Amino acid sequence: MSLFDHRISDIHELLHKKELTVTDLVDESYKRIQSVEGKVDAFLHLTEEAARKKAAELDSKVAANELSGSLFGIPVGIKDNIVTKGVRTTCASKLLENFEPIHNATVVNQLMDAQAVTIGKLNMDEFAMGSSNENSGFKPTRNPWDLDRVPGGSSGGSAASVAAGEVFFSLGSDTGGSIREPASFCGVVGMKPTYGRVSRFGLVAFASSLDQIGPITRTVEDNAFVLQAISGHDKMDSTSANVDVPHFSAGLNEGVKGLRIAVPKEYLGEGVSTEVREQVMQSLKTLEGLGATWEEVSLPHSKYATAAYYLLASSEASANLARFDGIRYGVRVEEDNLIETYKKSRSQGFGDEVKRRIMLGTFALSSGYYDAYYKKAQKVRTLIKQDFEEVFNKFDVIIGPTAPTTAFKIGEKVNDPLTMYATDILTIPVNLAGVPAISVPSGLAGGLPVGLQIIGKFFDEATIYRVAHAFEQATNFNELKPKL
Amino acid sequence: MERISKEQVKHVANLARLEFSEKEIELFAKQLDDIISYAEQLNELDTENVEPTSHVLDVKNVLREDEVKPSLDQKDVMKNAPDHEDGQFKVPSVLE
Repeated sequence: MSLFDHRISDIHELLHKKELTVTDLVDESYKRIQSVEGKVDAFLHLTEEAARKKAAELDSKVAANELSGSLFGIPVGIKDNIVTKGVRTTCASKLLENFEPIHNATVVNQLMDAQAVTIGKLNMDEFAMGSSNENSGFKPTRNPWDLDRVPGGSSGGSAASVAAGEVFFSLGSDTGGSIREPASFCGVVGMKPTYGRVSRFGLVAFASSLDQIGPITRTVEDNAFVLQAISGHDKMDSTSANVDVPHFSAGLNEGVKGLRIAVPKEYLGEGVSTEVREQVMQSLKTLEGLGATWEEVSLPHSKYATAAYYLLASSEASANLARFDGIRYGVRVEEDNLIETYKKSRSQGFGDEVKRRIMLGTFALSSGYYDAYYKKAQKVRTLIKQDFEEVFNKFDVIIGPTAPTTAFKIGEKVNDPLTMYATDILTIPVNLAGVPAISVPSGLAGGLPVGLQIIGKFFDEATIYRVAHAFEQATNFNELKPKL
Repeated sequence: MERISKEQVKHVANLARLEFSEKEIELFAKQLDDIISYAEQLNELDTENVEPTSHVLDVKNVLREDEVKPSLDQKDVMKNAPDHEDGQFKVPSVLE
């Protein structure tokens, strides 16, 4: 058994009783990394020296009975698009190979305030664009359940490192499913909070109106714990919401009796594999057995979400990524004049998927096409958001699969962008609407994890956690672990 | 129908400050054409009277007092610059 099979509350009890040290926890991380990282490739860089120093510092606090901080001593991995002061942050792009930020993201400061210990920075699809981690500019991460398969993306390293027991928890970011899809593929718990719940300051922007940081953990309770530590308004991010943050785990054990669940027929239709559909039906039975009721509903504009998303996200990306020009930071390829220097630096620094999305976005925003593509997609976004609002007038949560299939093989979809984009059909609508959603393990199909997606109302992560916790307690699917 | 020509790809690439080989332009023209034709299914929807959503939260201009505060250290700012001189970013010539 690994120390990381415990919950954060158990770990804190052991630390209090002095039956465990923070150094033990950090050792556990690096030992596990040493034994499995060669197979999984979840990390881009490790911060072992700093982690050991921090562990010693925290252990002396324990000795002095000064144990405080909600994540005290807990080893964390951070997705490499979240900036860390003095620690390389590359977004898995060759263009930022040597970039060392001069400040911390707000979430990183919050983790430090909570006394978590950073183990390293995690691999991802370049600039968070992808669903398989194959778009990393450095190396693909592998799925701990089957090393020939993808871990999902773009937070593939974040999900794989938790599933492989290399870190206790991780942070990822989710623009169109980038926390939930890899959590589903790797059999861990991944939350995309309400847009605005968590500060984006220091998250390298992909699509600013959709991006949101969230936790990946082994249990629902720990997930609520971590979200608690990183939530709240931040004056450095004017799109972070100035709303109260409830105590996410307060109602965790209240059960689901009387809960009204909506199941969109579009989420169980074409493109969703039979085994995934069966798992969802089974999960609904479990929740029914716990006292919830469910009804089939329609989110009629779901089928348009992927098209609208790729236009909007790529348009925002084309503007956001204009800053990478090889002048103030990043790798420069010097030419005779400025324009050629921009072009060479960007063309050599960015990978194919990033270029493809910049091109699509630039096209959609260009003169003559703006109304037909960009504005049209924004209007469709309104219709998708209204679909959710209508269902939430009558129901507490929406439930469906997280991904249409289990993890696919490395190389299987890499040459066909549209097939790859279809992986996100069930997660994208949530980002367009801005509502929160979690993926929790709902068992295995063919030896691979299947994720159940629970979608909630604006700023109602607490209800999502309550449902997810009741499900987890009834099934214990979170205890299934890959054999590595 | 071909929606995206090779000429268009070259034009957009220039706007995006990217450059491609002839082979890449051909590939991108095809892939972008596929994606755009996929996106054209949005035209099935009547959105005549629908307001566009650019942002999900009802946030209007967020203002703050304009206070003088210390700014970033010049050494920090230059730390990641590929080329700099006398505390300024050094770039290739802009004007001929």
